Amino acid sequence: MPEAHRPRLGVFKFASCDGCQLTLLDCEDELLPLAGEVEIAHFLEASGDVRPGPYDLSLVEGSVSTPEHLERVRRIRADSRHLVTIGACATAGGVQALRNAADAAEFRAVVYAAPEYIDSLATSTPISAHVPVDFELRGCPIDRGQLLEVITAFLAGRRPDIPNHSVCFACKRRGTVCLPVAHGTPCLGPVTHAGCGALCPAYGRGCYGCFGPSASTNMPAMIPLLRTEGMADEDVRRLLHTFNVRDFAAIEPAGEPAAGEGG
Amino acid sequence: MPSATAPPDTGSAGCVLDRDGMGALVRELRARGRTVIGPTVRDGAIVLAELESAEELPYGWGVELEGGHYRLRRRADAAAFAHSAGPQSWKNFLHPERVRQWTADRGPDGELTVRAEPPAAASFAFLGVRPCDLRAIQIQDRVMIGGPHRDDAYRERRTGAFLVVVECTEPGATCFCVSMGTGPAAQPGYDLALTEVLDETGHRFWARAGTARGAEVLDSLPRRPADEATQDRARRGVAEAAGRMGRTMPPVDLRDLLADTLEARRWDDVAARCLTCGNCTMACPTCFCTTSEDITDLTGDHAERWRRWESCYDLDFTHLPGGSVRTSARSRYRQWLTHKLGTWWDQFDSSGCVGCGRCIVWCPVAIDITEEAHALHQESLADRAGAADGAP
Ligand code: SF4
Ligand code: SF4
Ligand code: SF4
Repeated sequence: MPEAHRPRLGVFKFASCDGCQLTLLDCEDELLPLAGEVEIAHFLEASGDVRPGPYDLSLVEGSVSTPEHLERVRRIRADSRHLVTIGACATAGGVQALRNAADAAEFRAVVYAAPEYIDSLATSTPISAHVPVDFELRGCPIDRGQLLEVITAFLAGRRPDIPNHSVCFACKRRGTVCLPVAHGTPCLGPVTHAGCGALCPAYGRGCYGCFGPSASTNMPAMIPLLRTEGMADEDVRRLLHTFNVRDFAAIEPAGEPAAGEGG
Repeated sequence: MPSATAPPDTGSAGCVLDRDGMGALVRELRARGRTVIGPTVRDGAIVLAELESAEELPYGWGVELEGGHYRLRRRADAAAFAHSAGPQSWKNFLHPERVRQWTADRGPDGELTVRAEPPAAASFAFLGVRPCDLRAIQIQDRVMIGGPHRDDAYRERRTGAFLVVVECTEPGATCFCVSMGTGPAAQPGYDLALTEVLDETGHRFWARAGTARGAEVLDSLPRRPADEATQDRARRGVAEAAGRMGRTMPPVDLRDLLADTLEARRWDDVAARCLTCGNCTMACPTCFCTTSEDITDLTGDHAERWRRWESCYDLDFTHLPGGSVRTSARSRYRQWLTHKLGTWWDQFDSSGCVGCGRCIVWCPVAIDITEEAHALHQESLADRAGAADGAP
């Protein structure tokens, strides 16, 4: 097929660890066929050959965290036919959103030797807080199979099949014995968005919510369950306030000790 | 019944197998080319998995069950079947969580070729089917192959499956098969029925065949005629189990109860506790709902349709162009309970609940189907009494 007819793919990064874009490079078997189907026009992690927009599909990693980001995210949106955000930073603001409920200037002063050189916003926010987003793919990091599903769906012009239900669905489907029920292990599975294939519970570790809240949660029922399983209020707060702190904090019941201060 | 062969001629007294006989049973079923699935200990639970030998049965293990609580317990004796329903059920094998239905390819000339997935050959033997679970299999038969729309792949797996029922002598704290009329004694539909007996005279299984192929298997095993004492002991064990049910349903017509309580206040109460996580439907041996999943490859020239388990707790379950119909937890919990106990009758002419207790045990927040039914019953009694009092 002539080059001009291939859809153009762009991969962009904001405040993030690069792990989600790395997922694309991890698609070893599918990477060459992908390069055959799309023109990889902008993907700095893979190549310095950077071509200007417009892009048919832009995958955007990272949160909006600096004044420069505010302008750049609009430019990328304007250059993109479809914009898909990938990973907890881009969909929820990431772990760096812990500063949203704290004093960002104080964090800066503690962390950096010369804080006057740091120009960051007081909050870390998802891409969707600034520009319209066509699809949000969650996870910290995202799941490789889901990323391929999203890309193939956009290539085929269909809706990606990314269920919004809980991690429990995945545990039951793969036959994992329920950790809270059979072992009393605290697990965020019942309120966490599926997508990882219930990886942690399959290895005996409770879900820690790295895909953020599912589409249907009941935090006022979930938090007492975590306490019954022996978690102190401080532990509950820590468990919920990690990569998806912004999304979990938004659904925490008012007055619960888990709500409030970032840490 | 798909497994119906010639009418059974078992000799009503049956025979007795000892522990070696159980070993021989597994060997014989395997020798006949069957994949033997039975209970075994894994990951802190008694799960259903392929057995290579009867020694993998959970000899000496029991379980402690409560709402949202499951623990393995060492027993004082060596019983293999002194445990009730575990985390999975036979639907995991007969109605697997994900099945490919067809594939489509577009050739270089643009022509489409669609291939239906041929039903995979399966020859299971299920060892240790509890009477409630036998009923659950029959209920799924009605859904999957008993109506106008039949699932050939299910039929293939189901007709190929050899069922060894083990009657219940040790109900769990969450069991209520007596209320649902499904146990603890075996009802027709099995190839073999066993009852485990442990006493001074030893560890043994009273065995009866229910089909000709069951009798044939039994005839090939080292066995002895069933003595009176073993039969008595076995019958007594099952009768006593009936008196030790951990749970009951209210003694009313559940279908009427559910039809009359659609606007009950109790639904708000349970909705406040329900996580809408879907565990109850996935653990339930009769829930059958699926959704379809279409996948394409990067070229767009190859597509596949899969069917995977779905649950009425998923918002997408009722997704229509305008959004989901059942958005509240109240409407989704109510869908589950009314379907299990009420509308299943309208749809399939039976209850959708067999009283296995799985949904109680595997609900992380211990929501209990029997407790909810009792609460609905009490509320409707109170409302009726109130209405009578208040009548002018
Ligand atoms: S509704 Fe609950 S008790 Fe009834 S069959 Fe299903 S899992 Fe078992
Ligand atoms: S209770 Fe829900 S998941 Fe189960 S069969 Fe009924 S509609 Fe399907
Ligand atoms: S009843 Fe329990 S298992 Fe079922 S969806 Fe609600 S919380 Fe989950």
